[in-house]
Amino acid sequence: MMANSYIEVIFGMTKHNIIIKGTKDGLMFLLNDDCSYDEVIEELKEKLENSHQTILTGPVTRVIIKTGARKFTAFQEETIRNIFSTKGNLIIHSIEHDVVENKSNDCLDKIEIITGTIRSGQVQEYQGNVLYIGDINPGGILKAIGDIYVLGTIRGIVHAGMNGNKEAIIAASIMEPTQIRIADVISRPIEEEQPRSLKHEFAYVLDERIFIDKIQHLSKFKDKLPVSL
Amino acid sequence: MGEAIVITSGKGGVGKTTTTANLGISLALMGKKVCLVDTDIGLRNLDVVMGLENRILFDLIDVIEGNCRLKQALVKDKRFDALYMLPAAQTKDKNAVKPDQLKSLVDELKKDFDYVLIDCPAGIEQGFKNAIAGADHAIIVTTPEVAAVRDADRIIGLLEAEKHIDEPKLIVNRIRPHMAKKGEMLTVEELVQILAIDLIGVVVDDEEVIHSANRGEPTALNPDTLSGLAYRNIARRILGETVPLMNLEQKNGIMNKFRKLLGIR
Repeated sequence: MMANSYIEVIFGMTKHNIIIKGTKDGLMFLLNDDCSYDEVIEELKEKLENSHQTILTGPVTRVIIKTGARKFTAFQEETIRNIFSTKGNLIIHSIEHDVVENKSNDCLDKIEIITGTIRSGQVQEYQGNVLYIGDINPGGILKAIGDIYVLGTIRGIVHAGMNGNKEAIIAASIMEPTQIRIADVISRPIEEEQPRSLKHEFAYVLDERIFIDKIQHLSKFKDKLPVSL
Repeated sequence: MGEAIVITSGKGGVGKTTTTANLGISLALMGKKVCLVDTDIGLRNLDVVMGLENRILFDLIDVIEGNCRLKQALVKDKRFDALYMLPAAQTKDKNAVKPDQLKSLVDELKKDFDYVLIDCPAGIEQGFKNAIAGADHAIIVTTPEVAAVRDADRIIGLLEAEKHIDEPKLIVNRIRPHMAKKGEMLTVEELVQILAIDLIGVVVDDEEVIHSANRGEPTALNPDTLSGLAYRNIARRILGETVPLMNLEQKNGIMNKFRKLLGIR
């Protein structure tokens, strides 16, 4: 799934991530839940700027946004509202998703095992926990709704708990990230050059800040790991 | 049926064209029939580095547009009978060609040559897509600089999505052993660790490369230079030989001569 959407971005094949439908109450925006959040935002901007001028310059219209099987975080919803606020005649009535809450919990009980290398320009997103066997290179992004465990080196950006779960953690054999994100907390390593740490480490959130600790302390922090392989 | 190898890097100025020219000469030296294809339309350089600029009659666009036959556009090298070059057009731009046109052209060349080396332009846009369209293999050229490595990584990612190209090989160009040793430059080991692909050769930063490229006589013609030897070794590895990486530390200077005299290494 990821590989496909990646190819489409690179080679500019057109696939619509946003479908606009007219209803008797106003407009309905159906957002594809199978592509990255950034792609949705980009296309939304593009659509609102450049196309459908007939609907977009008309009278005040109510808008319902359906996000499908993806639940946006408060921050992401805010971004979408901001984009719409540039178009005075479109008023967002609601942002709806059809994620069954239990279902996402199901996902978080399991762990997906993935092998490969995430290279510069590549983004991979997972709906649960991930055990990534391989490296995440600078410029590459790995995102997951749950925890991220990397058997390899993190050099790029990793984002755990991307739907707002601050309990999520990021563990890695070698942590040399560009950035670490857990839920909406973002952290980057201090700029001064440091000796390379050869310890296995994990990152977690405490009081809205990200901390790094050695992997041996993970058992104290998380009493229950997601895995039942 | 020959093989087509694209030489690419993402970043500009890391030595794609120089590498293409030198590998072409090295392969020709080993008796292979080689054709170099310059796909950098609008910014052609390969002819200059090869010293063949004044022999160009037609170019790649002429062939694609049907203004001439493929054989007419091929420029024969002045040193080797088995080495040819297809120059890029200088007056058009990259959008004048489509990937499938280049692919059929390369397929045509593969019938007559053992190796078709495709010199790719910098970037990841149309020119890049054109250049990789007909390739069976890819060689990534990078220098030990963080920016070049980042771009190489991006290119490897893009190539991995292309099913017709097998796993790319890496050339690390312009290594300065003394800087790497002092930790001021990425080492080859660090590079290979990040990019996670097979290394096919290492070329030292050698002033002779620039000098010889300016004269239109690629350095591979001269095996007495470290860089020339490096390119010849890479060509041998392309042919499937196992050639160990050479020791890059040049032992010059009076102290080293003295040590050598005493038998201390």
